[in-house]
Amino acid sequence: MLYIPGNNPAMLLHGSVYGADSLLLDLEDAVALNQKDAARNLIKQMIKHVDYGKTEVCVRVNHLDTPFGMEDLKAIVPLQPDAIRYPKTESVEELQRLITLVEQIEDEHGLPHDKMTIHIMIETALGVQNVFDIAKYSKRVDAITIGGQDLTADMNIKSSKNSSGIDLARKMIVMAAKANRIDAIDTVYVDIDDEEGLKQETEFIRQIGFSGKAVINPRQIDPIHEIYTPSDDEIRKAYRVVKEFNKNKAKGIGVFAIDGKMVDAPVVTRARYVLELSGVDHENI
Amino acid sequence: MRTFNFLAMNKNKIGREIPKNIEGIGELEPYSGAWKKLKKGWMDELTSPPPNKAKMPHADKVCDTLEEAIEKSNPKDGMTVSFHHHMRNGENILVRSIDILAKMGIKNITLASSSLNESHNPIIKYLEDGTITRIWTSGIRGKLGQAISSGVMDLPITIHSHGGRVRAIHTGKISIDLAIIAASAADEEGNATGSTGKSAFGSLGYAHIDSQYAKQVMVVTDDLVDYPCYPLSIKQIYVDFVVKVDSIGDSSKIASGTTRITKSPMDLRIAKLGADVIENSGFFNEGFSFQVGAGGASLAVAKFIREKMKRKNIKGSFLLGGVTSYGVDMLNEGLFKTIFDVQSFDAAVSTSLYNNKNHIEISAGHYASPFNCGCVTNKLDIVVLGALEIDLDFNVNVITGANGEVRGASGGHSDTASGAQLTVVVCPSFRGRISTINKRVQTVVTPGETVDVLVTERGICVNPMKPELEESLKKAGLNIKKIEDLQQEVEKIVGKAKEVKYSDKIVGLVEYRDGTIVDVIRQVIEE
Amino acid sequence: MKLIKKAQAGSFESSDILILASPVEEGEGRDIQIESGVFMQYGETIEKLIHQVLDQFEVNDVQLQIHDKGAIEPVILARMETVMQRALEMQKGTMY
Repeated sequence: MLYIPGNNPAMLLHGSVYGADSLLLDLEDAVALNQKDAARNLIKQMIKHVDYGKTEVCVRVNHLDTPFGMEDLKAIVPLQPDAIRYPKTESVEELQRLITLVEQIEDEHGLPHDKMTIHIMIETALGVQNVFDIAKYSKRVDAITIGGQDLTADMNIKSSKNSSGIDLARKMIVMAAKANRIDAIDTVYVDIDDEEGLKQETEFIRQIGFSGKAVINPRQIDPIHEIYTPSDDEIRKAYRVVKEFNKNKAKGIGVFAIDGKMVDAPVVTRARYVLELSGVDHENI
Repeated sequence: MRTFNFLAMNKNKIGREIPKNIEGIGELEPYSGAWKKLKKGWMDELTSPPPNKAKMPHADKVCDTLEEAIEKSNPKDGMTVSFHHHMRNGENILVRSIDILAKMGIKNITLASSSLNESHNPIIKYLEDGTITRIWTSGIRGKLGQAISSGVMDLPITIHSHGGRVRAIHTGKISIDLAIIAASAADEEGNATGSTGKSAFGSLGYAHIDSQYAKQVMVVTDDLVDYPCYPLSIKQIYVDFVVKVDSIGDSSKIASGTTRITKSPMDLRIAKLGADVIENSGFFNEGFSFQVGAGGASLAVAKFIREKMKRKNIKGSFLLGGVTSYGVDMLNEGLFKTIFDVQSFDAAVSTSLYNNKNHIEISAGHYASPFNCGCVTNKLDIVVLGALEIDLDFNVNVITGANGEVRGASGGHSDTASGAQLTVVVCPSFRGRISTINKRVQTVVTPGETVDVLVTERGICVNPMKPELEESLKKAGLNIKKIEDLQQEVEKIVGKAKEVKYSDKIVGLVEYRDGTIVDVIRQVIEE
Repeated sequence: MKLIKKAQAGSFESSDILILASPVEEGEGRDIQIESGVFMQYGETIEKLIHQVLDQFEVNDVQLQIHDKGAIEPVILARMETVMQRALEMQKGTMY
C-alpha cells in the first residue's frame, strides 16, 4: 500500500505504475495545513479522471475533530473510492460518528452503503486498548492498520530500529483483526535507503500475521512483495497438498500424510492461501 | 535561399517521403529494408581509396600551436574537417579549430564530427556566415539543434549512425581533407591514445577511420609523452602533424550524469520490467552478449540484470558499446568475460581500458559498420535502448524533440538494433505531458522491423513480427499490451496533442546505416 | 462573481500548474497569460479549460498568470477550482 501525498500531481498520476496493490491518497499528514483545500480538489479530480486499473484506491481523510475532516468526507465519499482510511481512531464512538456521517452523505447521493469500505488506523495507546471492539463494530471496516510513528509519539517512547516498543500493539492489532476475519496492515518503514532493515521488518510482520505493509516510497514495494510472494518451492508443495487432499477427499479420507508429515484441514487451508497469493487457480486442482 | 517546394519525391519502405535528388548533395537512395542491401554479401558502392603518403626519415611532425598546424595543412575553401566526440561535453578542440579556419577566411567548410553537443553551440555563427555549409554528424543538441531546425543552413545536415559514418568515409561520401584528432596522450610521431594522460577519456574508437582515410591527419594532445606512446589507438603511419596544447578539454564533463544508476523510481520501475523481459525472452543464457545505453532506465536495466546473473549463476560473453564504470564493475566481478569499448562514458573507465587486457578498444567500424565481414553489433544477443518517441510500427525517433527541433543522437541506436537478436526499447509512456507512443513518429531513426519489444511503466508491447517472444513473455505473467491500446491509454491521460507545424524546407537527412535515407527532418514553423 | 483578493494555487513542480489570480476592475474582462513548455501541443486546450472553470464560477473580470509544467486536465481543473475558491473566499476546511 503506497502512500501518495494528496497535493502532488506527478505522484498521483504515476502512483499506480509501481506495482502496489493499493494506493493511499493522503489528505492527512502528507498535506500542509494551508493546502488541504488544494489537495482535496486535486484528489477529487484525479479520482474522477484517472483510470487506476486494478489498483485499489483508498483515501486517507483527516480526523473529524480537525477543521478538515468533514470537508474531506463531503468531497470524497460521493466519489466512492474503494476505501477511506480513518486516522487516530480511539473508540467505537468515534467510528460510529464516522460511519453515520459517511452513510448520510451516501444517502444524499443515492449511493449504497456496502461498496466503499473503511480502514481504521490505530495510532494511540487508547486506540490499541479498544481495538477489538473497533474491529468488531461494523461490517464496513475491512482492515485495521497501525500508525507506528504516531503511536510511538503517543506512548512517549524512543523509536528504535527493531520497534520493540510497539511490539505488543502490533500483536494486539493483528489479533483483533484476525478475530474478526479482516486484514491487518502494518505501518511504514521510514528509512527508505535501508532495504535490509525493511526486509527484516517485513519478515517479522509477516510472521506475526500482518497481511500487508504501507510504504512511503515506490522503491520499497518490490522488497515487500518478494517476502510476501511464496517461493517456487512453497507453491509446488502447496499444489501437491491440495491435489492430494482432493484425491483423498474423493475417497472419503480427511487426514493423510505427505512425505511422512500429517496433512489435515488447517494445512490445506494454508496451502490454499499460498496458491491464492501466487495467483494459482486452486479451485480445480 | 533555395526553395524545396517542387522536389520530386520517392516513398521509402516505411512510407516516408524522400526527395529523389537535392541540389548540392546529389541523388538520395530511399531506405529499402534493414538488411536488404547486406543480404547479397557484398556492396555495390565503391571504396574510396585512402591517400598515399610519404615521409623522410626523422622529419619533424611536431607543431607548437594549433594555428601553425592548421596553416601547414594548407586549408582551402570547400574542405571537409573531421573530429571525434569522445570528450563529449568537455570537448574544446573543435570550436577552437573552426575559429582558426574562420579567421583565415576559409569558407564553405563541411564539418564531419562523429557527434556534436552543447559545447559546440559557438559554431552557430559560422553556419550563419557561410564558414560552415554542410554538416555530417550522429547527433546534435542544444541551441545548435534549434538553429538548424529553424533553417539557418541552406543545405540539410546529414545524421548518420556510428557504423554508418564509417561506411560513408569508406565510400567517399564523407571525403575528409583534415582530421583533427584530440588525444590525451601522444608522442612526436603521432602514436596516440585516450586511455592515459591528465585528460584521459578512454576509447578513441570513432577516430580510427578518420586517421586512415583523411588526406591530412593532425593529432592534438595536452600530454606529449616520450616516444613511443601506447597503446596504439592511433598509429603514427597515418599522422601528418602533432600539436601540443595546454588542454584538450575537461574530461570530467564526459559523464554529465548519464553513467550512474538512477534513483528515479519511474526509471527504476521501467528498468526492472525491462530486465524481466530479458530474463524471459529466451536470450538470457550462459555466454550471452549485452549492451545498454547510458543514463536513465536504459543503464538501470544493467543493475537488475546484474542481480539476475548472480542469482541464476549466469556468465556473459561480452559487454559492448558505450562503456560505463558500471559495466567495468560487472567485468571485474567476472560476470562478463570481455568489454569491447568503442566509447567510454566516464573518465574512470579509461583506467580499466589501460590496465585490463579483457577490456578492449575497438574502432567504430569494428563496432558497427555494415560494410565489412561482420561487426561486433552483429554478434550482439541483447541490446537495451532508449527512445524519444516510438510509433505503432515500432519505428523509433531518437533525434527530434516534441517541438520538432533536432535534439538527440542516432549514435549506435540503429546499428545495435539491426544486429542484436533481442532489441528492447525502454522509456516512460509519457514525459511531462508529452506522449512517447504516437501513431507516427516525427522522425524515424531506427526502423520498427529491427525493434522487438517496447517496455514502459504502463505496459509492454511486443512487435507483432515476434509472436513467439510475445507468447513467452505472456507466459511469464508480464503485462503485455497491444501498442495501439497503450497509445490510446496514454492519449486518454495526457490528451490529444496538437501536431508540430513544419515547412517544406528540409533541414536534415537521416541516413540509415547502409546509406539509404530513412527519413528527412523539416524546418519547424514557429507560431 | 467578483474576485475579493489575490490568490494562488499549484506549484512549479513537474506535472503541476501554478496559477495566480488577481482581481481587476469590473468590465476589464479576462486577462490570461499562459506560459507552458507544451504550449505548442496543448496551449489551446489549456485556455479552453481555464475559461470553462471561469464560466463555472461566473467570473468575468480577472487577471490570471499561469505557469504550466505539463499538467494534465484534472490537475488544471483542480488548481483552477482552488484558486477561484481562494480568490472568492469560498474555500473551506483549510488553514491559511
